[in-house]
Amino acid sequence: MTEGESIRLAELDEGERAVVSGLELPEAVAERLMCLGFIPGVEVVAGKSAPGGDPRVFCVDGGHVALRRETSQRISGLRLVANAEGDEP
Amino acid sequence: MALGEAPSVADPAEAVPAVTPRIRSIAVVGPPNSGKTTLFNRLTGLRQKVANFPGVTVEHHVGYLRNRQGEEIAVIDLPGIYSLSPKSEDERVTIDVLEGRMAGTPRPDAIVLILDSTNLNRHLVLAARVIALGLPTLVLLNLADALTAQGGTLDVLALARQLGTPVALIAAARGEGIDVVQNFVSSRTALPAPATLPVLNDLPRCREWAARVAKGSCYRRPVPSVWGRRLDAVFLHPYAGPLVFLAVVIGVFQCIFTLGQPLSDGLRNLLDSLGQSLGGYLAGGWLRSLVVDGAWKGVTSVLIFLPQIVLLFLVIGVLEDSGYLARAAVIADRTMKKVGLNGKAFIPLLSAYACAVPAIMATRTIEDKRDRIATILIAPFMTCSARLPVYTMVIAAFIPDHRILGPLMGARATAMLGLYVLGFLAAVVTARILKSSILQSRESQFILEMPAYRWPTLQSLGLRLFDRSRAFLVRAGTVILAVSLMLWGLTHLPLQHGQPPQIQNSVVAQFGRAMEPAIRPLGFNWKIGVGLVTSIAAREVIISTLGTLNGLDPAQQSASLQQALHSELSLAGAMALLVFFAFAMQCTSTLAVVRRETNSWRWPAIQFLYMTLLAYGAALAVYQIGTRLVG
Repeated sequence: MTEGESIRLAELDEGERAVVSGLELPEAVAERLMCLGFIPGVEVVAGKSAPGGDPRVFCVDGGHVALRRETSQRISGLRLVANAEGDEP
Repeated sequence: MALGEAPSVADPAEAVPAVTPRIRSIAVVGPPNSGKTTLFNRLTGLRQKVANFPGVTVEHHVGYLRNRQGEEIAVIDLPGIYSLSPKSEDERVTIDVLEGRMAGTPRPDAIVLILDSTNLNRHLVLAARVIALGLPTLVLLNLADALTAQGGTLDVLALARQLGTPVALIAAARGEGIDVVQNFVSSRTALPAPATLPVLNDLPRCREWAARVAKGSCYRRPVPSVWGRRLDAVFLHPYAGPLVFLAVVIGVFQCIFTLGQPLSDGLRNLLDSLGQSLGGYLAGGWLRSLVVDGAWKGVTSVLIFLPQIVLLFLVIGVLEDSGYLARAAVIADRTMKKVGLNGKAFIPLLSAYACAVPAIMATRTIEDKRDRIATILIAPFMTCSARLPVYTMVIAAFIPDHRILGPLMGARATAMLGLYVLGFLAAVVTARILKSSILQSRESQFILEMPAYRWPTLQSLGLRLFDRSRAFLVRAGTVILAVSLMLWGLTHLPLQHGQPPQIQNSVVAQFGRAMEPAIRPLGFNWKIGVGLVTSIAAREVIISTLGTLNGLDPAQQSASLQQALHSELSLAGAMALLVFFAFAMQCTSTLAVVRRETNSWRWPAIQFLYMTLLAYGAALAVYQIGTRLVG
């Protein structure tokens, strides 16, 4: 895996990965999310979602957390791209 | 990890001399979904009660267990928390209790911290904060069965050394390993002596510390279960997900009506015949009338809903404990968002079809205060089980039982369904109004942790049903008994020559006549008026009230009350009465719980006024238009 372009978590499709880089949310919300594992440097995998892709479940730090698009839109990250050899995460 | 064998507790301080006084009380602390409540129930069983801290809306349970010396140890179940920052009310309350600053609750002597062993990295952050409080602490790592079954590993002794507290693996749902709590409260325990602690107010650093401690304990996270992924693939499938959701919602109602109704009918027959034989033992005259017509009939008219309420809580309990409701909330979020609410409101609103009281308590999972109040305010519009008998009685009296949609749908069922839809629409419209005016939020979040799928345990379901049934029976035994007795008394006053008056001359009738001008435009006479007033205590009381007022034989109350209703109401008046009940806030228990949960009289007052005015206005419109259409 290599780190790629800078994205928002909302842009991830099911199965795609990213490393959290920042939370642009009110302090109380950001703290809540950090307690759930959304901490800069931590890897996130986009999971299943409600029909239409919103809200979406994200796997982070061994847990599963559902977020609305308007929340995941404000969490920035670096997309993780599998290398050509397809190495394991 | 010898789970299920001898109590496996790793205590780094075994050889250290005791430095703390004996433990008299412990607090159970842990994140949501860690099995905290399951542990608490296992420890205390039925020896527990619900309590509220003064001045806050956070509810907690207090229970008791006996230590090996036979002494009673108080166990406080604190709210589920992720961290100990004073921003959320739950976390502030937890800190206040643990630091001994909560009025009326002495500081606990020790803490039992329960964490989810399948997700240790994250939960160790909470451990750091709790251990830093400096109280003797026992760390329990729950779901040890899932940890081992799914290939996770952990060196408990290494973790205990790093945390400086005793640590034990348990499986609370199966009751495995929890006797370490007994040992903990039966001996003097050392204060925690952690090897290292992180800077507590720096979350990223806490996380690094947690990862280091977990690594130092050879922690390997279990592989997520295949079943969990398979179930999610169905429940959150683009097409199957919403279908399952609909099937579950419809199934809940089906269950309550097709299973609950016959049970309620059976209970009614049983209670009626009990009442008759009770009357047989009493001499005639006023005593018999007081006991049978006043107390028994009033209370049993409400008791017959117990089966439906128990059934609904059973179904919702299974859905919640299994982990499905969290997925349902995800599916429902988009729809709920359109009316300005949160997907999490789906759970309380579904419960509100049984009873608004537990529904309003269930809104605690909604963090956004405005979303939560909006949900609390609209919950009583959902057609609760107390409206059901009123609807049934009026519909049976006024609507002929002919089919209108082939064999599928009778006119009565259509009318009933229409009333359910009416209540739901009122809730949706009210939510929209509230969320675009006084309860507008700048942005509302939907952050919901998906719990792992688990089998619901009989014990936790049983305790929940016991809790709810007890609350319901207490209400029937107090509020409803009091109203029934008072009404009976008022129908027997003033005494004329030592004899009770004709009902038309009683205090109740005088009172009803005084309010007649206000309700005449709705097509209601004084008897209905009295029923409206007594039903403020609880909706279903109107039935026993009308029964008493019509002076009918209690055994035939249901059948002949329908005939009597015809002389009290026109068809348009009956429609107006139904609409009135769909909208009006006639439930003191709900008002009391809204006051408790919002911690002010303002919201219940607004709710009562709004719903009453809406009910009056709608009933007025229905009657006035109805009389012009059908005469």
